[in-house]
Amino acid sequence: MLELIPQNHEHNGKVYIPVWAYYSSDGRIKPLAVKIGDEHYTIDRILDVRPGASRKLGGFGTRYLCRIREQVLELYLEDNRWFMES
Amino acid sequence: MARVIFHVDMNSFYAAVECMYRPEERHLPLAVGGDQEKRHGIILAKNEYAKRYGVKTGEALWQAKQKCPSLRIVSPDYPLYMRYSRKAREIYTDYTPKVEAFGLDECWLDLSGRDMDFHKASALAEELHVRIAEELGVTVSVGVSWNKVFAKLGSDMNKPDGTVIITPENYRRRVWPLPVGELLYVGPATTRKFHHAGIETIGDLARSSPEWLQDRLGKVGLMLWSFANGEDRSEVSEQDDQAIVKSVGNSVTTPRDIVGDSDVKLIFYALGESVAARLREQGLEASCVSISVRDTELYGAGWQMTLNRPTDLTLEIVNAALELYHKNYHAKQPLRSMGLRAEKLSPADPHQVNFLPESQRVEQYAKIDRTIDRLRQRFGYTSVRRAYLLQDDLGRMDAKGSHVIAPISFLKAGEKICLN
Repeated sequence: MLELIPQNHEHNGKVYIPVWAYYSSDGRIKPLAVKIGDEHYTIDRILDVRPGASRKLGGFGTRYLCRIREQVLELYLEDNRWFMES
Repeated sequence: MARVIFHVDMNSFYAAVECMYRPEERHLPLAVGGDQEKRHGIILAKNEYAKRYGVKTGEALWQAKQKCPSLRIVSPDYPLYMRYSRKAREIYTDYTPKVEAFGLDECWLDLSGRDMDFHKASALAEELHVRIAEELGVTVSVGVSWNKVFAKLGSDMNKPDGTVIITPENYRRRVWPLPVGELLYVGPATTRKFHHAGIETIGDLARSSPEWLQDRLGKVGLMLWSFANGEDRSEVSEQDDQAIVKSVGNSVTTPRDIVGDSDVKLIFYALGESVAARLREQGLEASCVSISVRDTELYGAGWQMTLNRPTDLTLEIVNAALELYHKNYHAKQPLRSMGLRAEKLSPADPHQVNFLPESQRVEQYAKIDRTIDRLRQRFGYTSVRRAYLLQDDLGRMDAKGSHVIAPISFLKAGEKICLN
């Protein structure tokens, strides 16, 4: 019997996280803060927004290049879920 | 003004998407295989590493495992592939509204314009490579030419991630030495016919006599001849999402006239087996069945009906076809050709387990179909045949093996032509 791997886009490295976001009246989405573990982190600044694929974690969507506490991180909006590449 | 047509092909599409989502397995041999239960387990796509072991698309999972014991086989995730496919077409439409999909992973783009030439096209192709890699994380190969047929050839010539430009100046050098089987619509059966006539390359075909080709292959012969000479003028058609795989169908022109109900039943069984097997192969179910007939006077007609529930079962599709025929065709002329098509397709969902006798019967038929599919895949089409089809030579055709898939723009949507 051959083994088929179950469908699951989540794996060790890729975890979807809760995000607080602002939806503008013209439909743009701006993430404001993320929750990682039990901690909330405010996004200090969004440096860039563009469509992008995460080769590191797997997945594609809108990529927000964010600065959080002096660190630059990539936050992805994939369909309607968020994940973060550090 | 010369046209500039792109053909963009996402390399090893299903496998590339799966690898994208499995970073830890990306550098190991991986293949996407049809679900063993429902789709009789064949390799649908494989990555570069699996290819090195000689794993081939279309072979049985166990064969692939024999060649490469460490092969990871994942079952297909069609919703994800469709999402990718849609996104890729969104990117293409940034360049032109004229985007025509050919399956999930291939598209033609018409980029003709006032300022467009092959030099600029080459830069655009580069941009496409970069955008697809950045935004979707997969690679594409691009063929550029002044017609769709050569553009498609070009995208096959430098895989993965390459661009090939075929111009009126270089096509004799680049295209003509290729084996004739590489040309769109030249399947194994036609290749064999060409081989017997001493036609081995696309150049041989281009230089052969169009009259002879028409004589041997009919209209298709002329079409292929003009393809080989770069004279394909078909347009890149704009189309919506739904058009990707709209229907699966087969039609045949029989070696002798179809007379009487038993002949009709025979042909519908032969066609139905092929249509249903292809539905199962692609993991689709149909909600609608349509038939077409053409009599010896070349008068043609067609009808369709909606089914109670979506199906991929041979028996249900054949029964629907027969019902349509008996309800609608009263002329009872001898027929020359017949067609059967499954429409309104949707991905096949695993059916709910249900203990009603009706659904148990359905499950039994599904098991029979799956078993036959598997036997044929391992031992060839003729290894298992309906007794009903054995009584006459009409039933001996392998409609599935001899069909040629045609995209929407050349022939009618999803029409299959049989080169007899």
